[in-house]
Amino acid sequence: MTGATLLELPEYAAVAPAVIMIVTALLLLVIDSISPEPGENDRLALNAVAIVGAVTALSVSAWFLVAGTGQTEGPISLFEGALVVDGMALFFSIIVSSVTVLVLLAGYDYAAGDRYQAEYQTLVFLAASGMILLGMANSFVAAFLSLELASLPSYALVAYLKHNRGSVEAGLKYFLVGALSSAVMLYGISLVYGVTGTFQFAAVAEAIADTGLVGILGVGIVMIVGGVAFKTASVPFHFWAPEAYEGAPAPVSAFISSASKAAGFVLAFRLFVTAFPIGVVEGVVDWTLLFLVLSIVTMTLGNFAAATQENVKRMLAYSSVGHAGYVLIALASVTTGSDGYALGAGMAHLLVYGFMNTGAFLFIALTEYWDVGRTFEDFNGLGWEAPVACVAMTVFMFSLAGLPLGGGFVSKYILFGAAVRSGLWWLAVIAAINSALSLYYYSRVVKAMWIDDPEGSFEIESYPVGIYAAIVIAAVVTVLLLPGFGLVSEHASAAASALV
Amino acid sequence: MWIEALILSTLVASGIVLLAPNRYAGKLAAALSLAPLALSGIMWLNYDAAGNALLGGDMAYETTTRWVEFASYGLNWHVGVDGISMPLIVLTTILTTLAIVSAWTPIDTRQSQFYGLVLFLQAGLLGVFTALDFFVWFIFWEVVLVPMYFLIAIWGGPRRKYAAIKFFVYTNIASLIMFVGFLTLVFSMGPSVRAIDLTQVAQLVRTPGVVEGIAGFSPNTVKLFAFTLMFLGFAVKVPIVPFHTWLPDAHVEAPTPVSVLLAGVLLKMGTYALLRFNFTMLPGVVRDYAALIAVFAVVSVIYGALLALAQQDLKRIVAYSSISSMGYVILGLVAYTTHGVGGATFQMLSHGFISGLMFMVVGVIYNETHTRMVGDMSGMADRMPWTVGIFVAAAFGYMGLPLMSGFAGEVLVFLGSFDSTISPLFTAVAMFGIVIVAGYLLWAMQRTLFGPFDLETEYEIRPRPSTTWHRWWCCCSVWSGWVSTLTSSTV
Repeated sequence: MTGATLLELPEYAAVAPAVIMIVTALLLLVIDSISPEPGENDRLALNAVAIVGAVTALSVSAWFLVAGTGQTEGPISLFEGALVVDGMALFFSIIVSSVTVLVLLAGYDYAAGDRYQAEYQTLVFLAASGMILLGMANSFVAAFLSLELASLPSYALVAYLKHNRGSVEAGLKYFLVGALSSAVMLYGISLVYGVTGTFQFAAVAEAIADTGLVGILGVGIVMIVGGVAFKTASVPFHFWAPEAYEGAPAPVSAFISSASKAAGFVLAFRLFVTAFPIGVVEGVVDWTLLFLVLSIVTMTLGNFAAATQENVKRMLAYSSVGHAGYVLIALASVTTGSDGYALGAGMAHLLVYGFMNTGAFLFIALTEYWDVGRTFEDFNGLGWEAPVACVAMTVFMFSLAGLPLGGGFVSKYILFGAAVRSGLWWLAVIAAINSALSLYYYSRVVKAMWIDDPEGSFEIESYPVGIYAAIVIAAVVTVLLLPGFGLVSEHASAAASALV
Repeated sequence: MWIEALILSTLVASGIVLLAPNRYAGKLAAALSLAPLALSGIMWLNYDAAGNALLGGDMAYETTTRWVEFASYGLNWHVGVDGISMPLIVLTTILTTLAIVSAWTPIDTRQSQFYGLVLFLQAGLLGVFTALDFFVWFIFWEVVLVPMYFLIAIWGGPRRKYAAIKFFVYTNIASLIMFVGFLTLVFSMGPSVRAIDLTQVAQLVRTPGVVEGIAGFSPNTVKLFAFTLMFLGFAVKVPIVPFHTWLPDAHVEAPTPVSVLLAGVLLKMGTYALLRFNFTMLPGVVRDYAALIAVFAVVSVIYGALLALAQQDLKRIVAYSSISSMGYVILGLVAYTTHGVGGATFQMLSHGFISGLMFMVVGVIYNETHTRMVGDMSGMADRMPWTVGIFVAAAFGYMGLPLMSGFAGEVLVFLGSFDSTISPLFTAVAMFGIVIVAGYLLWAMQRTLFGPFDLETEYEIRPRPSTTWHRWWCCCSVWSGWVSTLTSSTV
């Protein structure tokens, strides 16, 4: 892609990834209203539209990122600075739309025979567009609206199995904690607005420099951290995560634990680096210290809780909390005058995590489809029944644990390196011990699949194409991200450096 | 391109064997493992470099390509061999082929997975010994754990699951601690380091004044801190007492061919890394704390030997005596004299061959008798003269009898450490280790191999090895014994 062709596109075309998501959502609703009782043909049409929509959003984001949109000539600012498209926004747009593609592929089989399939897909697309917009948000209003756009469909998705008590209960819990944290965050935003008189991130940073209302501002910032903690499933707003991930249909768990978490982090990255740069708010509140504490507590709690689970899906849910703790290292390692190393490491890890974690949850979707059971013991001997899926799951587990079977190895260690580089070597030691502990529970899945003998025998009747495709794609990408990590890291560090 | 070809041929072989039918997997794996063996042989013959590359020695077959660009840092695909790694590569390829052949009889389930994983393990090991960029090295270092975990956990003995997970988590924690230690060292050098290339880092760290204090610590404290973390990490792998507890479990539960690789090559990863990192990069710390490290070495030698003395299980005896032998390697390294380091390197090789041979012989005996307990058998020489002959030869090698490679290694280590600044007392105490080794090996041989034939288990033993595999066994074992004596003469 050359610069000349890019110039032909108007500036507002830069939000195309989000627009494509919204248009697809509406298109799906139209198809659904034309034939509300989907037959086999309609099902194909629905899925085709959905997957094409998501793949288009993914390709456009990737194209923009590679072509240098919002990077070579500075960030593209739209709607009077409410949205901004730069390398970071596009990078997260890629994460969100990749996860969306995988989840939709898996949904082809998982939601087969369900009459609300179009609604399900529409909700996924609406949430995805909210997450992409969250990555572009450059003012508190845009950020809050995108956050709600991402959250509201997610609540409904978690409670999607409306005759399943677990799903409904999880949805309610998610909604209540979400509503609470949104309220807290909104209150924090109003306090910051009260002090600075502006919603725009960069303007907030300028206004902070000459304000006397330090106390109110500090309270506001801490409250905003609460909102971020909810979205990223970090302590202290992580309570919803294990319930929601366990109760929700597995593809939805995959979507929320990967894409939604990434969206929460991109908001945090942009917000804290542009609106509350550490050099400016140093006298007000040291948010790196706050994130440092949150990081340690989150990763330790997540990993220890995961180690005690008997239910695999719940174990993955807690491990997802643990990974939020690792990514928080990126925020904790930001220092005055730092380059893009720490944030870039966090971004790269979120991308790899998007594939490996989605893949792991989709494997759970596969076992739910087969009705294998929920505990580790139920997985015994599965490896010899379904070798392809189980090899993929082995890759996901070891990559999540930080063994070099996938990109998770490189991204995790570059992230730990960020801590060491900022002089927080003991944080890296804590993270390393956590990581080693995580190997214990991740390897339990592997052990069950390949090493333990099954008690009874079960027959696998059919191999669902969609879920298999999604799992295999996720596994291949996870593995390829090890040798191909250079591609990711280059864009991640460039995008992060442009921001700080 | 030689090294890439070497690693790639192993990886490809691993993939092919994984997909091959179980019946042919063993033979196929052995045939395919000849490719890396031949390659490493050719590399060795054409090899004209010498010395420690990180200290300005020559490097052969070197390639460097930019792999990952991150912020202002870069990771390179940088591989090469020098005087330290070349012998270890040959050791790896020889022992892998031997281990594969020795697995033909004992491994009778899921063969294609077994041999595929063994070859995958080999690829990881070759990577460890050739990588010269820290991150590439670390990838291979961790890759080794994965096949090892499966090999112990699926094909191991009764307590295999416990042993496998213990090995896995224990060594993983160690690696991570080492990782933090190394990174602390790298980042303490500030902006002067832009790549974690081992050769560059080694040179910079040794330049006075480059390491800066971080987080309020003085440069020397930073160095000591990094040294300690890296030492702890590698000490688990070696293993050095008191970090050795994973080893007996892993060895006893692992199937024999895996024990061969575990003792023969995996333990050398620890000493190799200690030599590459701690002793090459931070000689100042080594000098300051030589006495302390020597204490660790001597305790490993004596305590490992005493533990071996207390065992009834032949496999455990060999496992514990490995701890003792690796103690000599550490002693040679800490002496930091030409003889010491040379002896340590040689002892690594020699122990690789001898311990591999011992495990193979114990494996043969176990296959025939289904017991490894010293008290359960006697007079085996009567029924298995060949096997017993090899056992005796290997045991003599272990004891360090002249003309055996064990002798050369130990003598060099002792010469080196007597010569060095550390107190001769350490060396004197360590030499008593040999007496204990001779004690338990002679005792075990006397009870199991000689005297009137008696066997507690209900297995018939043919008086002569007649089956094909058994002849193979003997050939391989004799050969590896021969190689070890041959290498001893080259020093």
